[in-house]
Amino acid sequence: MEPKKIYGILSEKFGGKIKQFVENTLPPSVLVETDAIADVCRFLKEGDGLDFTSLMCLSGVDLKEQGRMAVVYHLHSMKQKHKITIKVELDRNNPHVQTVEQVWPGANWYEREAYDLLGIVFDGHSDLRRILLPEDWEGHPLRKDYVYPKRYHTWDV
Amino acid sequence: MTNADEKFMQVNMGPQHPSTHGVLRLLVTTDGEVLSGVKPYIGYLHRALEKIAERVTYPQFSPFTDRLDYLASMNCNLAYAMTVEKLLNIEVPRRAQILRVIMAELNRISSHLIAFGSFSSDMGAFTPFLFGIREREFINDLFEIACGARLTYNYIRIGGVSKDIPGGFIEKTREFLDYFPAKIKEYNELLSYNAIFIKRLANIAVISPDDAFDYGITGPNLRASGIKWDLRREEPYLIYNELDFDIPVGKGEMGKTGDAWDRYMMRIYEMEQSAKIVRQCLDLLAPGDYTAKVSKVLKPPAGEVYVRAENPRGELGFYLISDGSTKPYRLKIRAPSFANLSIIPKLARGVMIADLVAIIGSLDIILPEIDR
Repeated sequence: MEPKKIYGILSEKFGGKIKQFVENTLPPSVLVETDAIADVCRFLKEGDGLDFTSLMCLSGVDLKEQGRMAVVYHLHSMKQKHKITIKVELDRNNPHVQTVEQVWPGANWYEREAYDLLGIVFDGHSDLRRILLPEDWEGHPLRKDYVYPKRYHTWDV
Repeated sequence: MTNADEKFMQVNMGPQHPSTHGVLRLLVTTDGEVLSGVKPYIGYLHRALEKIAERVTYPQFSPFTDRLDYLASMNCNLAYAMTVEKLLNIEVPRRAQILRVIMAELNRISSHLIAFGSFSSDMGAFTPFLFGIREREFINDLFEIACGARLTYNYIRIGGVSKDIPGGFIEKTREFLDYFPAKIKEYNELLSYNAIFIKRLANIAVISPDDAFDYGITGPNLRASGIKWDLRREEPYLIYNELDFDIPVGKGEMGKTGDAWDRYMMRIYEMEQSAKIVRQCLDLLAPGDYTAKVSKVLKPPAGEVYVRAENPRGELGFYLISDGSTKPYRLKIRAPSFANLSIIPKLARGVMIADLVAIIGSLDIILPEIDR
C-alpha cells in the first residue's frame, strides 16, 4: 500500500489526531498527536490491510531549536511489504509519551534507550530504567545541550 | 545471593563469561536447575557512537561503523555508505557495486564462520572453532590484499570503495571458493549432524514467526522461524537482483521450526549461498571506476532517511537526519543484535541452565553493536 493511502486511512479513522503527511522523508512520514500514538500504533498493527507486523526502529530526536523532542517509529509490514514512518512531537521540557510496548514487545528496549539517552518518559512502560549507561549516571547525553561531566565516581572522564 | 526461606536463587552470568560473546551480564533467577527469569544488563561497551556521529563529518564517521559489528565490518561500512549516498543521491559505479557485493559476502562467510566456531565451543566442542578460524584466516588474507586491514577495514566508502583491488585478488578468491565447499562438508560431518549436538539443540528455544515479528528479529534468526525474508531479495540493493542465490529457511529438520538447531543451520546454508554469489560476481567484474566522483566536503541537503541492509546478524538500519551542514544532526543506529537479544527474557523462561548458553549462542549476538 502506498504511504499516502495509509495516511488517508489513518485520517479517516482518527480525524484531527493525524496532523501532517510529509512525503520527502524515506519512508514518508505521518505526524500524529501525542495522546493518540498508542491507539494509532495498535490500529496500524491490527487494522485490515495495514498489518504492520514489526517496529523496525524507534528513535528519539532532540529538536532543540523548536523547543521540542520527537519520537520516530519506523514501521514495516512483513505481510503487506509496505513501510511508513510515524512521528510524535513532545514538549522538550517535559517529554512524555505513551508506550507502544503492548503493541510491539520489542519496543521495550528501544524506549528504554530513548529514556536513557534523551530523557523521554514513556508512560505505562513496564520497566523504564537506563539501559546503556550506569544507573547513577546524570543527564541524558544525546540532548543537544548536554554538559559532559568532569568526573564519574573516582574517575576523571 | 539468596535468602534461606526463598525458593529462588539469583546468579550472575557474566559480564565476562566465555559464552556471552562479549561483555554481557545476565542476572539469572533459578529454581534448582530451571530458569525462572533472565534479566540482561547491557552497555558495558557503550562508546557513545551516536553522540560522536553528531560531532564528526559524514566521511569521518565511516571508520566508527567498523566498530559496530567488528566481525562484519564490511557490511556495516556498506550500510552506512548507502545511507549517506541516499541523502546525497550518489550513483555508485557498477564496478564498485560488484566489489561491494564481493566484500560483503566474503565478510558474511567469515562472520558466520565465527558464529559456527564460537557456538560449537559454547556447546563444549572446541575443535570446530579452530576449523572456523582456519578458513576465516584465508578470508582475512583476501581483505588484507584488498585494503591492508584484517579486521576493521573502512574499505567501503561513501561513493564506492577506497581503492581498486590489486592484481592477484581475483585468483586468490577463486582459490578460496574452490577450497571452501569441501570444508562446509567437513563442518557438517564434524558438528551439524552430530547426534549429541542435535540432542542439545533440537526443540530448544523455539521462536514462532509472531514472536519474531513482535521483537523485531531479523536475519538468519528470522529465517530459521520459516519466514522467507531477506532484504537482498525483497528490497534489492547493489546488484543483488541480477544474482542467482537461494534464501534458506528453517524447516524444522531436527525438531520444531525455529529451534536452536535451525538457527545454527541457517548460517551453514548461507555460507554456501554467499560463496555462490561471490563466484558470480567475480565473473561479472569488468573494468570501470571503483568510486563515484565525491566532493571532499560533503553537505547533504536537509532531510531524513532510514536505510537498512542485510547484515550477517540481521538488518542493520541507519536513521540519519541532515540539517544541511557537514555533520549529521542525528544518527540512530538500529543494530540487529539489539533486537535479537531483547527476546532472551522471553525465550529463557522455564528452560534448563545449560540451555541458556545454547540460546545465546544460537542467536549469534555481538555486543559492540548492541552497546554502540
